[in-house]
Amino acid sequence: MNGWSFIRLHAILIYLFMFLPVGVVVLLSFNDSQFGSFPMTGVSLRWFVELWNNDAIVRAFKVSFLLGGLTAMISTTIGVLASLALVRYEFPGKQFMSTLLIAPILVPEVVLAVALLLFLRFLNVPKSFPLLLLGHVIFTMPFVVLVVQARLVGITRNVEEAALSLGASPIQTFFTITLPLLAPAIFAGALFAFTISFDDITGTLFWKPGGVETVPTQIFAMLRNSISPEINALGTVMIVLTVGLPLFGAALARTISSRRGA
Amino acid sequence: MTTPAVELVDIVKRFGAITALQPMSLTLPEGSFVTLLGPSGCGKTTTLRMVAGLLDPSAGEIRIKGKRVNETPIHKRNLGLVFQNYALFPHKTVYDNVAFGLRYRDIERSQIKKLVNEALDLVQLPSLGDRYPKQLSGGQQQRIALARAIVIKPDVLLLDEPLSALDANLREDMRVELKRIQHQLGITTLFVTHDQSEALAMSDTIVVMSAGNVEQVGAPEEVYNTPSSEFVARFLGASNIIESRTLSVDGEHAMVEARDFGNVPVPIERVRNAITGRESKLVIRAEFLTLNKTDKTPADGVLSVNGQVETVDYQGQAVRYFVRVGDRQLQAINMIDGHPFAEGETVSIHVRPRDCALLPGAIT
Repeated sequence: MNGWSFIRLHAILIYLFMFLPVGVVVLLSFNDSQFGSFPMTGVSLRWFVELWNNDAIVRAFKVSFLLGGLTAMISTTIGVLASLALVRYEFPGKQFMSTLLIAPILVPEVVLAVALLLFLRFLNVPKSFPLLLLGHVIFTMPFVVLVVQARLVGITRNVEEAALSLGASPIQTFFTITLPLLAPAIFAGALFAFTISFDDITGTLFWKPGGVETVPTQIFAMLRNSISPEINALGTVMIVLTVGLPLFGAALARTISSRRGA
Repeated sequence: MTTPAVELVDIVKRFGAITALQPMSLTLPEGSFVTLLGPSGCGKTTTLRMVAGLLDPSAGEIRIKGKRVNETPIHKRNLGLVFQNYALFPHKTVYDNVAFGLRYRDIERSQIKKLVNEALDLVQLPSLGDRYPKQLSGGQQQRIALARAIVIKPDVLLLDEPLSALDANLREDMRVELKRIQHQLGITTLFVTHDQSEALAMSDTIVVMSAGNVEQVGAPEEVYNTPSSEFVARFLGASNIIESRTLSVDGEHAMVEARDFGNVPVPIERVRNAITGRESKLVIRAEFLTLNKTDKTPADGVLSVNGQVETVDYQGQAVRYFVRVGDRQLQAINMIDGHPFAEGETVSIHVRPRDCALLPGAIT
């Protein structure tokens, strides 16, 4: 056995290790048996139907979509504005602000989660959905800022200056030139924010008010009682969403840029 | 007298403690082509950006068509701007790039189409309207950038090193092209470059700048033939600067005693501030020093000095020689006439006094 085939085998094993469990979950979600494990007794979509009929799960999905959507919207809006300030303007303490903005991804999430919780306790504010949203915005924004900043650095100021010289006001210049050029990064940032928020469990467990469940916390709660085959189906849906969405986004971005001959 | 297109009155630019531009005044007559020439950091781009409204002057006044524009933001100044990096809008087609400025003016749709097509015709790229900038070559992109700037009929066209990113051959074509379009439209142009040959070829007036100061303002021949300072003499073309002493000045000549060359009568129109008995600098362009065989006697009135060829830099149609004369090296650029001289050869260097210029002061 030569070196290359060894490396190839090694690579295959690593991929198996990473993806086999995921594959098993997807496979078992189609199992007809009432136990969520092997052996498979037949192929069926019954667990997906069960899922659909389970009010708690449907509610959790609604919460997760609402939370993810709002998180993406807010974090992208603020993130884009912050990136513009950090790249296009000079102000005192800029470096410090920049680091501070990225800090939430450097701090362990549990620490961040506890810190925000204690802070709210200190302020005597009860937990609520807007506060959960706030938490998600805090730790998804760094991703938006990083992506948008990188793109913004690549857009030369001359392009904006050319637009200004041609008679477009600063605001018109932003909407006709800067924003369209930033669009792929903004889109990517929003997708990041959505999927991260949609997947998150650590922060959500600390911040969610009583009675509100997102999909991950719902799965977590269900697992504590029993391993129902429904969970496999739920896992499959989650995988399709969180993998499919970014892939779809990347494909869309590629189509747009190829149309421009890039 | 008509109002000049642009007037700069004692404008100054300071960045913190650094003065990027010392008080500068300049007038661009309507339809003129004025070039700011200098090395990087001389303040030429700073000046252009102040005219554009991308920088605010720290002091002084900028007038466009006689009206003070210091407080007018860039998008209300009606300017055409062309950058070194083209700065086309990558997400818009060529047509939309050129039409961009027209959409912010009160112009009918059909009229916009006509104007854009005229502009594209003018830059000789009439059929590229639906392409995207990335599908064009650098030269084409720069033509589109020019079309975009002129289609709005700006009061003044500002060109910030527009040719510097192009290949040498293309650059010369674009130079001719740019000048043709400027001439055809009669558009007042402020051109920034560090390339002396661009400046000499294109300008009505050259403003030579150095370290935030204006060194000289004049027509290309004037700046080239009668430099006002050692900096200008060295920056434009290849010059030999020789220490000399002014012996006498009369209505026709300044007689100087130059090192190695002896007494040189410099024509008075090429002399600046000569004072009898003071040190001065004799400026001889490299192309006015001709190398000859040592047995060739110079023509009447032509000065000669012997030297030894140290380096031969063959350039095709011409040769640049570095010749050792005494303890100094002189530069000579000669057209090739027969066989070029070889390294180590002893030659007789000839120069006509009327090809010399004289500057005041000692060599710095």
